[in-house]
Amino acid sequence: MAHIQLLKGLPGIRGPLVFSPETSKPIGDLVETLLRGPNTLTPAEREMIATFVSSENDCYYCQHCHGAIAAEYLGGAPADYQLIDQVKLNFEQAPLSGKMKALLTIAGKVQQDGKLVKNDDVERARQQGATDKEIHDTVLIAAAFCMFNRYVDGLATWQPRDPELYREIGKQTSRLGYVGRDLSKPVQVAELANE
Amino acid sequence: MAHIPLQDGLPGIVGLFAFSPETATALRELAEVLLRGSNSLTSGEREMLASYVSFRNRCDFCQLSHGAAAAAHFGGDARIVDGVIRDVGTADVSDKMKALFTIASKVQEGGKLVTSEDVAVARQHGATDKEVHDTVLIAAAFCMYNRYVDGLGTWQPRDPNMYREMGERMAGQGYVRAQ
Repeated sequence: MAHIQLLKGLPGIRGPLVFSPETSKPIGDLVETLLRGPNTLTPAEREMIATFVSSENDCYYCQHCHGAIAAEYLGGAPADYQLIDQVKLNFEQAPLSGKMKALLTIAGKVQQDGKLVKNDDVERARQQGATDKEIHDTVLIAAAFCMFNRYVDGLATWQPRDPELYREIGKQTSRLGYVGRDLSKPVQVAELANE
Repeated sequence: MAHIPLQDGLPGIVGLFAFSPETATALRELAEVLLRGSNSLTSGEREMLASYVSFRNRCDFCQLSHGAAAAAHFGGDARIVDGVIRDVGTADVSDKMKALFTIASKVQEGGKLVTSEDVAVARQHGATDKEVHDTVLIAAAFCMYNRYVDGLGTWQPRDPNMYREMGERMAGQGYVRAQ
């Protein structure tokens, strides 16, 4: 049971977003810009950062939702979903660029405490080709998911365990993005499969 | 030295807003709605939640600027927010606010730590669903703002006058304004 009265059947952040339209507007704009705006990091790379931070924060809904979005951007094959699992488990061993590993290291520090990010961490990212904007965006994505994860868990939202539901959210969101969508209806897995 | 090149003389999040205007818009709007939008919690109360969470995250810039904004909302009186930072238990705030500070402190550590009992106590003292929701989101949002400000190694001056002026602007003109 959620801590406040939320519409039934809406998973994770969708309940609070529908509960509070006035805050959902800037939240939607922020996540759309951070994860889908013009950027030298691909949407899949940015979703991986979001997934990793959500996994470190142990937020079930956010890590599975953004993990599925990342995997769907990559093509949605089983291997893409396996890559996301590997990123969460041990990204240093995953088949990622040196730049992404350095940025995930920064994201992992931000998740714990912003002050833990040291010059050496930033220097490593730069040596691997990261730009100022990429470093900035990594820090802000990691910080933003420390917000979203707490929002979703702090209100004890409904976080179903059905992998199909997250796959559908991944398919929809990778295609349609985060803004201008009606989130007030339950996710219909079977219906969407026929789209 | 900040981790990325920021304009000289712009403290804390102000330098980051200038660096990244495309994300600044939503970040400013969120702060405006959360801290100054129409609400049964006063802006002073909400700024105290922001300052308290920032204090717990040891983010000096956010703690001092939002503490100064709270004081500005209380007619320039910093005693209430100073009392909250010292000890919520003995601070000069309502029982409802004490219960909401407890919820905020749990969110700061981890959202899962908020229990049904914490929420029940807040309700017994008159907190509404919207107030509980907003408390959780304010606390969560400052876990973002604090990490953003600290994670990029921004300049965080110590001058109390600067924070006083900043707090007056934040309280008086808000977060969405011409730079």
